[in-house]
Amino acid sequence: MIRFILLQNRQGKTRLAKYYVPLEDSEKHKVEYEVHRLVVNRDPKFTNFVEFRTHKVIYRRYAGLFFALCVDITDNELAYLECIHLFVEILDHFFSNVCELDLVFNFHKVYLILDEFILAGELQETSKRAIIERMGELEKLE
Amino acid sequence: MNSFFSGTRLRDMIRAIRACKTAAEERAVVRKECAAIRTSINENDHDYRHRNLAKLMFIHMLGYPTHFGQMECLKLIASAGFPEKRIGYLGLMLLLDERQEVLMLVTNSLKQDLNHSNQYIVGLALCALGNICSAEMARDLAPEVERLLQFRDPNIRKKAALCSIRIIRKVPDLAENFINPAAALLKEKHHGVLITGIQLCTDLCKVSPEALEFLRKKHTEGLVRTLKDVVNSPYTPEYDIAGIADPFLHVRLLKLLRALGQGDADSSDAMNDILAQVATKTESNKNAGNAILYECVETIMSIEDNGGLRVLAINILGRFLSNRDNNIRYVALNMLMKAITVDAQAVQRHRATILECVKDSDASIRKRALELVYLLVNETNVKPLTKELIDYLEVSDQDFKGDLTAKICSIVEKFSPEKIWYIDQMLKVLAEAGNFVKDEVWHALIVVISNASDLHGYTVRALYKAFKTSSEQESLVRVAVWCIGEYGDMLMNNVGMLGIEDSVTVTDSDIVDVVEIAIKRHASDLTTKAMALIALLKLSSRFPSCSERIKDIIVHHKGSLVLELQQRSLEFNSIIDKHQNIRSTLVERMPILDEATFTTRRAGSLPAAVSTSDDVPAAPSSSGGDFLQDLLGVDLSPAPTQSGTNQVQKAGTDVLLDLLSIGAHPVQSSSSTTDILSTHSK
Repeated sequence: MIRFILLQNRQGKTRLAKYYVPLEDSEKHKVEYEVHRLVVNRDPKFTNFVEFRTHKVIYRRYAGLFFALCVDITDNELAYLECIHLFVEILDHFFSNVCELDLVFNFHKVYLILDEFILAGELQETSKRAIIERMGELEKLE
Repeated sequence: MNSFFSGTRLRDMIRAIRACKTAAEERAVVRKECAAIRTSINENDHDYRHRNLAKLMFIHMLGYPTHFGQMECLKLIASAGFPEKRIGYLGLMLLLDERQEVLMLVTNSLKQDLNHSNQYIVGLALCALGNICSAEMARDLAPEVERLLQFRDPNIRKKAALCSIRIIRKVPDLAENFINPAAALLKEKHHGVLITGIQLCTDLCKVSPEALEFLRKKHTEGLVRTLKDVVNSPYTPEYDIAGIADPFLHVRLLKLLRALGQGDADSSDAMNDILAQVATKTESNKNAGNAILYECVETIMSIEDNGGLRVLAINILGRFLSNRDNNIRYVALNMLMKAITVDAQAVQRHRATILECVKDSDASIRKRALELVYLLVNETNVKPLTKELIDYLEVSDQDFKGDLTAKICSIVEKFSPEKIWYIDQMLKVLAEAGNFVKDEVWHALIVVISNASDLHGYTVRALYKAFKTSSEQESLVRVAVWCIGEYGDMLMNNVGMLGIEDSVTVTDSDIVDVVEIAIKRHASDLTTKAMALIALLKLSSRFPSCSERIKDIIVHHKGSLVLELQQRSLEFNSIIDKHQNIRSTLVERMPILDEATFTTRRAGSLPAAVSTSDDVPAAPSSSGGDFLQDLLGVDLSPAPTQSGTNQVQKAGTDVLLDLLSIGAHPVQSSSSTTDILSTHSK
């Protein structure tokens, strides 16, 4: 199960933080700080997995942005790595060539896309097209 | 409505915040915005509620408090339109979590929205429920969610399936209501619904034995068929990743099959063919394919034994281990750890490669590999493996030394074939990474040394040499000081030489030098200094020619600002000065420490000792006292609690106490000793 999802830039600014387990706000800030510290200086040749407390963080870097998933120790790391990539592809498709600024100004949309992709800490949909179409339908209702 | 306050749009606010050059500027902008939003909230402003909440979410993400907006979420959720509800639910998920009592107020709105005629609104409610529902809400809303598992629109069905997972995780008792509708989802063709249905079934198996039994009996064959279809499905652009149709679905299916096959020969049998097919046919040049292979190996390892499949699985891991991609090697190490219980021999074959991984530059790989090596050690390979690890200790990163040291010590203690080897290895570790050695480990070493009477001379000479080169390692210094205090005379006279040793010429003043260095080192902590004082006292009786010099050192510490040292030096000084007649009896060699007693006591006090490892510097203040009491055989039942020592610290000192208290009392408490110790007994 995914415990939380973080999207941070190199400076450690949080661009998206979604928690599927209850945490105090102060605890969330601590987690965000720690995860950033863990991943930011790792060599690109290193594994995309870091052990974090009793869980592990699967992360992937895209330009200046770090996408990090915190999952159970028994979960399939490789599959979650693929999952991050699929999410990035969806964002890229939705914003046509996504960049950090898109995510900043449309942060609420990023959350909505995420809600179509992952729910209750589990994968909800694996088809990029299905999610993009669904987002289109929802946008029409606004 | 006050247009001045609510004027900025979300975009403008984000721009203004981004334009801030300093944190103070940012705080000022946020404060102004928050003030405006509060005013707007107080005026019960409908038109801007939507925008205010969006702003608050951004502010929340920056780390500022936004609790005052919580009620706004509720109001938006209660409004009629989709856009308002959408932002309201989003706010609910971000600003609140299941522990807030405000959440109870939303249960009713959720219930209404779950029954709404607009399926998009139903979707919103399901999403919110899935992400933040509490146990109480789970109980209240489970019937709605259960019903929605059969909704006509697949988007709702898949959301309801994931929502059900949250519900049964919160309230496992509700599981049985979900078994039938969940099983129905396994027949779906829609990938989204199928994958969520599989996930729900996997979770049901975890919480409910009935569900597991039911799915095992009725659905194993169906799931095997589904996996077969997915594996053999023609190219589908929608789900294709690296030439594989929906690797995520593969992984989920394999996971559920694993749950069903575990401990059940029939269902394991039913899935053998398809597992063999996945293991042999999946492309392994892309991450997606490897993810499937990895999951498949895990399933093969977990289900009931089938020799052929396991060989296949171990071979896949062998291939993974030699992969250039670090991620793949990492998962291989991870999986080999599980494989070791199944086929230790096969894993041993990869020992050399695994040992190389311990030296990898990537901390994640190193950690996994070290755990694995630890499991691989046995009586036959302990010597070469320990040598490799100790050699690596010399060059490893500082932050890895702690883990590595702990593992080496544990291996050496567990598998050591003979005492001399144990002592040699421990001395190497102490010299290389003594600062990382835990207290109980060097305590244990002292017990072993004490018991190896034929090695006393050898050990003290080795320690003397090690001290010369590695006097910065605290634990080494302590063990050396203790041994020199006990067996210093053997050092000087080369007593008990072993064939492998070179003889050393050491004078009594050289030996006192060592202890003096230890006590004068700035880095030495209280325990070390206290131990050094005792060693000096002992040496003063063994080397009469150095007695004056030792007395000077002890007298010097009478002025110590640390109470414990001051007290000890005063006491020792008076032993040297006034109690010559009993001194030699007092400082006799310690009786042999009883290993069995130490081991049992250590096992009992281990958790406490570990938990106090952080406050080691403070701990010895009372241990010093115990130390002396034991030495002098005075039995003071309530250990002296000086200022600054509390229960926890005492737990840590017990180890030391135990170490030294075992065995006979050298001297019965005579009037003179109690007199000396009168400060203790109060």
